[in-house]
Amino acid sequence: MIGALGTLVRRELMLAFGLGGGARGSAGFVMPIIFFLAVATIYPFAVGPDAQLLGRTGGGVIWVAALLASILPIDRLVQADVDQGMIDQYVVRGMSEELIALAKTIGHWLSFGPPLMLAAIISAGLLGQSAEQLIIVEIGLACATPALAALGVMIAALTAGLRHGAALGGLLLLPLAVPLLIFGAGSLTPGSQNGLLLLAAASLLLTVICPIAAGAAIRAGRE
Amino acid sequence: MAQDAAISKGFESSAALECVSLACLRGGRILFRGVSLKLSAGQALHVTGPNGLGKSSLIRVIAGLLPAYAGEIKATGRMALADEKVALDAGQPLARALGHWARLDGSAEADVSAALAAVDLAHLADVPVRFLSTGQRKRALLARISLSRAGIWLLDEPANGLDTASIARLGDLMARHRAGGGIVLAASHQPLPLEAAQTLALADFVPVAAAEDAE
Repeated sequence: MIGALGTLVRRELMLAFGLGGGARGSAGFVMPIIFFLAVATIYPFAVGPDAQLLGRTGGGVIWVAALLASILPIDRLVQADVDQGMIDQYVVRGMSEELIALAKTIGHWLSFGPPLMLAAIISAGLLGQSAEQLIIVEIGLACATPALAALGVMIAALTAGLRHGAALGGLLLLPLAVPLLIFGAGSLTPGSQNGLLLLAAASLLLTVICPIAAGAAIRAGRE
Repeated sequence: MAQDAAISKGFESSAALECVSLACLRGGRILFRGVSLKLSAGQALHVTGPNGLGKSSLIRVIAGLLPAYAGEIKATGRMALADEKVALDAGQPLARALGHWARLDGSAEADVSAALAAVDLAHLADVPVRFLSTGQRKRALLARISLSRAGIWLLDEPANGLDTASIARLGDLMARHRAGGGIVLAASHQPLPLEAAQTLALADFVPVAAAEDAE
């Protein structure tokens, strides 16, 4: 099963990074990252170049941008594979839907988490964050992006086959991701480092539960 | 055709498939009931019947993709399913898209080229799947099946969209699979190049009221 998991993750990465053509639009991982950077870029335009204000609020903006960016890939995560019959073929080969969802979560995180953390360095510069703040943001994103990826796969599985599923996906993800936002952005307040521990706990819980729920959703969607 | 023989090996030659009084419930009505069949190594079954009778549902029930409303399925050996979905990544070159399944099914890279040659697609190995015609996709799907090293082939309308030459190739593939101890269960409303196959007319197992609905 580990070998099969590796093969599934390999395919997810090939598609996400657009190797060999990329069925879901070449290099689909770029779009959320550009969106993330765009939000960080326009924020100073809206509130003005006051360095103190940016420094105080910029961390929160990075977190909001990361949350919004995680909505973008949802519509391509599961729907295409259901339509193409990939999921059916995996199931005929005796793979559980949970394993498929886990592979998708790992593949999605690898194409979303690390690039987002790299982009966060640029965002932190644009938003006047200090080195200490940047380190806390990066630790927070390292904790939270697995959960954001798992949530994305779960919601993609739930909304696969629904009309306007993409719009619904965004609405579903935001409330579920609120704990990540609160603990993640909250950890930036000086003297509240416990926020990172709570963030890690919330993220761990979501990362474990979501593939199971996503697997059940894929199975139910086949009926 | 030594290379083709190399592909069709790899599964337990003791493939067997038995279904006992299967019934299928879809959308609140019984599609068919009491379907029993028994196939052992080398045998083939052609499920016949007009559109909408439940041939595809029967195949999906046997493949484990739909729950059986009643009855049981006993299968020895792995299954390979070919339905209307090609399950090859549209943006990937054909050989690479097939390579994904070859890797999962434990076939080697060399098997992919051999399987493509067997369906006369070797010259399109580097072409992305989305540029293939309907018939070429169907042949690519047959290549995927012959790479699967599964003992039981479940084929849903395998001859749809194939020209005369390709139907002959399909016949060759199925004959070679059976000669190697494999089982073929094919559903089609049209004649198939299956020699000495049993036939199952699904219409005989459709409840009377549902049959009237279908007409």
